[in-house]
Amino acid sequence: MVSNVADYKTEVHNDWCPGCGDFGIVSAIQMALAEMEIPRHKAAIFSGVGCSGKTSHYLNVYGVHTLHGRVLPFSQGAKLANPEMTVVAVGGDGDGLGIGAGHFVAAGRRNVDMTYLIFNNGVYGLTKGQASPTLKLGLKTKSLPEPNVNQSVNPIALAIASGFTFVARGYAYDVRQLKDLIIAAVKHRGLSFLDVLQPCPTYNDINTRDWFSGMDNIDEMTNRPRPRIYKLEDVGYDPVVHIDSPAEENEKLTQALIKSNEWDSKIPTGIFYQNDISASYDERMSERIPNYLENPPAYQVISSGGKSITDISKMLDKLEI
Amino acid sequence: MSSIDLTWVIGGPQGGGVETAANIFAGACAGYGLKVFGKREFYSNIKGEHSYFGVRVSDKIVRSNVSGITMLVGFDAETLFRHADAVFDDGAIVYESDLSDIKIDEVHTLDAQFKERLKKYLLSKNKPLTIQGSLDAAKERGVTLYPVSFKEILGNLSDETKNPKLRGMFRMQNVLAVSISIGLLGLPPETLLKSVGSVFSRKAEIAEMNKTAANYAYNFSTVKYSKFKYQLYPIPKEEHTMLAQGFQSTSLGKIACGCRFQSYYPITPASDESVFLESNEIFEVENNRPGSTLVVQTEDEISAIGMIIGASLTGARSSTSTSGPGFSLMAEALGWAGINEVPIVVTLYQRSGPSTGLPTRHGQDDLQFAIHAGHGDFPRIVYASGDTEEGFYDTAKCFNFADIYQIPVIHMMDKFIASTVSTVKRFDPTKITIERGKLLEKIEEPGYKRFTPSPDGISPRSRLGLENGIFWNTGDESDESGHISEDPENRIYKMDKREHKMELALDQIPKEDQAINYGISDFCILSWGSTKGPILDAIEMLNKAGYKVGFIQIKMLHPFPTKYVQSLLSGVKKIIDIEANQSGQMGSLLNEYLDRKVDYYILKYTGRPMTCNELFDSIKKIIDNKSEKKQVLTYGV
Repeated sequence: MVSNVADYKTEVHNDWCPGCGDFGIVSAIQMALAEMEIPRHKAAIFSGVGCSGKTSHYLNVYGVHTLHGRVLPFSQGAKLANPEMTVVAVGGDGDGLGIGAGHFVAAGRRNVDMTYLIFNNGVYGLTKGQASPTLKLGLKTKSLPEPNVNQSVNPIALAIASGFTFVARGYAYDVRQLKDLIIAAVKHRGLSFLDVLQPCPTYNDINTRDWFSGMDNIDEMTNRPRPRIYKLEDVGYDPVVHIDSPAEENEKLTQALIKSNEWDSKIPTGIFYQNDISASYDERMSERIPNYLENPPAYQVISSGGKSITDISKMLDKLEI
Repeated sequence: MSSIDLTWVIGGPQGGGVETAANIFAGACAGYGLKVFGKREFYSNIKGEHSYFGVRVSDKIVRSNVSGITMLVGFDAETLFRHADAVFDDGAIVYESDLSDIKIDEVHTLDAQFKERLKKYLLSKNKPLTIQGSLDAAKERGVTLYPVSFKEILGNLSDETKNPKLRGMFRMQNVLAVSISIGLLGLPPETLLKSVGSVFSRKAEIAEMNKTAANYAYNFSTVKYSKFKYQLYPIPKEEHTMLAQGFQSTSLGKIACGCRFQSYYPITPASDESVFLESNEIFEVENNRPGSTLVVQTEDEISAIGMIIGASLTGARSSTSTSGPGFSLMAEALGWAGINEVPIVVTLYQRSGPSTGLPTRHGQDDLQFAIHAGHGDFPRIVYASGDTEEGFYDTAKCFNFADIYQIPVIHMMDKFIASTVSTVKRFDPTKITIERGKLLEKIEEPGYKRFTPSPDGISPRSRLGLENGIFWNTGDESDESGHISEDPENRIYKMDKREHKMELALDQIPKEDQAINYGISDFCILSWGSTKGPILDAIEMLNKAGYKVGFIQIKMLHPFPTKYVQSLLSGVKKIIDIEANQSGQMGSLLNEYLDRKVDYYILKYTGRPMTCNELFDSIKKIIDNKSEKKQVLTYGV
């Protein structure tokens, strides 16, 4: 059984900028796949377009680098046709919350059993640093001619409102926590979303690694930085919907929304919301098509000796006169 | 006995049971062996706007509508205003007698332009601007009028059956109208009652009530009225005849040929296909577990095509069905499928564009777009079916093309075919073959590369989940493994590898699948898609009148079968291009590939399909050397 992190790496030259948060994310994905001992051919990484889009080339599993904004349609289609695959979709914040925002919302409603990671850095890196949907209003990152004129979207809140059943946030420079979050997300049955804070060292000169570490906010008593990032589990936050009741669900959704609004001085990471009770798409589909999971589209036998073996005679009988 | 060829038209407000009535009528005729060809016309509206259904009935195969109506049935004013003028001089109008005094201006669903035309016409005939005026104008031409009080019939029926409910069941006027028509046309009532039963088969009580009403109205008409001039009669029924709607052909083709994943976004007229697939999502499979089609309704057409690409990567035959506006949204992903050599089938039910255009009307507007959709050069096959029957068999062919050449295939259908109800030979699934090309079931050794060179340019295809089969795909240009490569030599290799598949397809796909030759003559029609039916019917009429004209139906529009069409056209003196679009889109292909210009165009872009008479007249004009270079057809409301 493979369980070596190196097995999940390709030899493709990695051309991300030095110090890019993306490196930590790729490592975390490789570590998570190794720890879960997922056979390489049973995993598929789908990516959007942008710096994060290259992720699929650096992982030695099935890798599908799709179109800008369209990673969710491609990956959902694959997962639905072959539910045996472990499917992880990755993309940037512009990819997923700008051009692909419609798919983000629709995917939440569907709740397909897969995982989606957004590499969230507030800028469109590969096109030289324009403001992305998560950049806060009024910020002027390095290459913007004028401060950002738009409000930012809150990815955690949007995921919760859209129906994602597992919503969490990681930090690209905390690889160990991120790896654990990826494992929890993959194991969750239903659509899991991970908002990964990923400083762009080249174009986002505001939300930098130092900023997240609180280097601009030194505690005068200890002379140490006050980190903005903190872990929800460290403050006794319980994200899990334990019982199947609207009241319980409501309470957990509400507390997650409140938490999702924390920013600036304190930024929570970890699991915001987890609902294992809500049925995933494959479960709903299995109610309609009882053998969907054991005989999914990818594995159905459709011909014998080049001839169709599907029996459509009943449908034709109905049309006969 | 004389031969049968008559057209029965029923109209009414959308949601008023017009379609049900037409299905009953078609079923009643087909049940006695008669051939029918029915076509529905409707507005983009749910309730209230005018819709009508024309059914042509014959003892021989009919493939198109005619200009004109033998018997018109109207239980609302708009139907009478709109169509009375189109009834043949020796035709008939069956109508609700209460409507006589309604004035043109009282019918709000009539558009202003039409009202003006109608008023002018009635004034020129010295008739009042009312239903009575319209009917009198028809009567003067020789049309027989059959006034019917549906209210009275319901009342009498209610008394006789001691069922007070029936008195107010105005919804049933459609069934009454069909039954009266069948009575006037002299067909025995058995298939009428059977047809009523099967249309309402979901609810036994309603079926019974409608059957009683049908029987009553049928008897009423045979007693009250003298028989109409034209009569229907049973003829020997051919075995295994179906009464099918066009969209059912591609749906059934998909199920039979193993399409197991379909995604779609609702759009007229394509979504009927997806709804049919979902309604029949589970089916039996010989010596196997039950099979199923996973039908996914997506948030938009971009997602629809994205999902089928993802599904196809797992080895499942996958497809989406859409119309022009949806296909516009799919253009980018089509290129992704092209560069990554992913087999997909897009069933394109065309309608009138541009933009929303005439959203519920017919058109062959998207040929050039289907050939060129997407940026950059990449191979694809654009394949067009001519009618319902072709739709079934071509669907299977399209999936084979997609698998063999690992390309996107665009299967051109249209609204005319989609909403045509006609008698067709039962589809025969044993006639279709399933060829999956170089799709791999197993890979023994490591070292697989997705785009490895091969003599024919087509590489063995792995699928997600296959051991030793890992590959990468990207919308960027890529190397043999599928990793991004901007190397100039690799670029030439990959571009040429992909484009070569078009030559291969032209070499390998049988000629008779590329174009159908119905006979060559000095004057030769070139066309594609659903114009086939009206053209074949028009040619029969022309032959009877002593005219000779050839016809080539091009099925594979891209890659264009240049050599084959060239050889067919070598002795042809004049090319007549017939298409349901404004610019003669296929004609441009002749110019592009054959360096030959079209001599005559017959085009129609009103959104209404061509009739055989229109074509007869316009082709005759050409042969008689009385035609301009371009004729634009206009029949239909």
